Amino acid sequence: MADKFKEQAVIIRQEEISYGIYSMWLKTDKIAGNAKPGQFISIYCHEGSRLLPRPISICEIDRADQALRIVYRVQGKGTEEFSRMRTGGSVDIVGPLGNGFPLKEKKAFLIGGGIGIPPMLQLAKELKCEKQMILGYQDSLFLQEEFKRLGNPYVATEDGSYGTEGNVMDAIRENGLDAEIIYACGPMPMLRAVKAYAREKNMECWVSLEERMACGIGACLGCVCKSKERDGHTNVNSKRICKEGPVFRAEEVEF
Amino acid sequence: MNTKVSLAGVTFKNPVMTASGTFGSGKEFAEFVDLNKLGAVVTKGVANAPWTGNPTPRIAETYGGMLNAVGLQNPGIDMFVERDIPYLAKFDTRIIVNVCGRTVQDYCEVAERLASQPVDMLEINISCPNVEEGGIAFGQNAKSIEDITKEVKRHAKQPIIMKLSPNVTDIAEMAKAAEAGGADVLSLINTITGMKIDIHSRKFALANKTGGLSGPAIHPIAVRMVYQAAQAVAIPIIGMGGILTAEDAIEMMMAGASAVAVGTANFRNPQVTMEIAQGICEYMEEYNVEDINELIGAVG
Repeated sequence: MADKFKEQAVIIRQEEISYGIYSMWLKTDKIAGNAKPGQFISIYCHEGSRLLPRPISICEIDRADQALRIVYRVQGKGTEEFSRMRTGGSVDIVGPLGNGFPLKEKKAFLIGGGIGIPPMLQLAKELKCEKQMILGYQDSLFLQEEFKRLGNPYVATEDGSYGTEGNVMDAIRENGLDAEIIYACGPMPMLRAVKAYAREKNMECWVSLEERMACGIGACLGCVCKSKERDGHTNVNSKRICKEGPVFRAEEVEF
Repeated sequence: MNTKVSLAGVTFKNPVMTASGTFGSGKEFAEFVDLNKLGAVVTKGVANAPWTGNPTPRIAETYGGMLNAVGLQNPGIDMFVERDIPYLAKFDTRIIVNVCGRTVQDYCEVAERLASQPVDMLEINISCPNVEEGGIAFGQNAKSIEDITKEVKRHAKQPIIMKLSPNVTDIAEMAKAAEAGGADVLSLINTITGMKIDIHSRKFALANKTGGLSGPAIHPIAVRMVYQAAQAVAIPIIGMGGILTAEDAIEMMMAGASAVAVGTANFRNPQVTMEIAQGICEYMEEYNVEDINELIGAVG
């Protein structure tokens, strides 16, 4: 049975929530109802010269109303096109894609850095156990109110304008935090630091990776990462981020 | 209305196939596409042993196209025969296996392994621009095209399709060489070697530096080359290169292709192959085309 769908989603609302960061709510037919935290959707451009879908992580899921929220940064021409879309407009999407975060009953760190923060929101909503949210920003904050409704997020900013000056690891140390399991999404240097920390503390650690993709569904082998184990798909040591990921056990993959 | 086409004695329910490397072995796309509605599924290239492929990034978008340098990552023939062929055999569509190798022996070994399999044709990939050995190295010289065609043909039970590279001076010469070597069918074009540089980081967009350009940006080149090849040889041609719509597919057939393969368009719309097959029927109705074979080479 199909668990991925191609749909024309309708834009419920869109706003710029921080400089260059946009929040878009999409009304879907089946995708929202089947989505899990940590999964992503492929969004297709209207402009015909931009062929490839943009993979964007799911920030919030409203299953009752079949709606999805994405929060994305304008990074290039494709996301710039999305940022100009207005309420009532429609956009082709495919999803839900990839595997989400496993929901475990363990005292957790939810670590988000930059545009890796959005998927942590739905995860925070669904994790019922004790959790600490650690969010790293360059300077200006976004999604703060949403996270505050779910607990007390620890914040780090690179310029020190809010919370701990530095990165998420500095915030963990400064606040003397501890946990049994880590869920993380963010830039590569952050994920490497998180992985090293988890190894040192012997903690279970799940990270969400990204890579340039073409198909988004596991066929083109564009978005692979090196893995410790042989992958079931091509029998080498190379997992598809769009299919076996984007969430992996940190020690399972090289990054 | 007849949409059946026949290549080297194999009949296809319609001329729409998938282009190798864009569709895996069909499984991932089967959630979006009824494979029974396609003329054939052409699989991702398979070698005699697993290949790891190139480092990432392997993909970069360009205006109206994309570059890829996947490097033929594949599980090797053993796993492929065990898993992918039985999967595809469940569908009412033709199976064409794309074969890659580093040496002539590699290609022959895979062809022999496939002899006993329920596979309709082999597509011999002598045109991948993203691997150091094999691939395009065999496909840029008429003599070596003829030689490898002869050798693979000796080992293959099924009809063979030689997949040609556009990265040559004279496509007609290469097409004739494959025909002289005993090719049953030609397919063209593979991707065009390209490069993209990120001016912000001053780095290559692809880890491999160069990659194969595909997508609508290359479609007119593909139409021209299919036309030139069709003028030069008597064997049938599968035309590919930037086909995004039924109109593009029909254009390719009018240039001389007996069938078409859809590649990069699958990334733009996972259901596009079915839509193209349907769109061809609508065109035939509109223009009162009784038999799709009327369209082959119809330009002039």
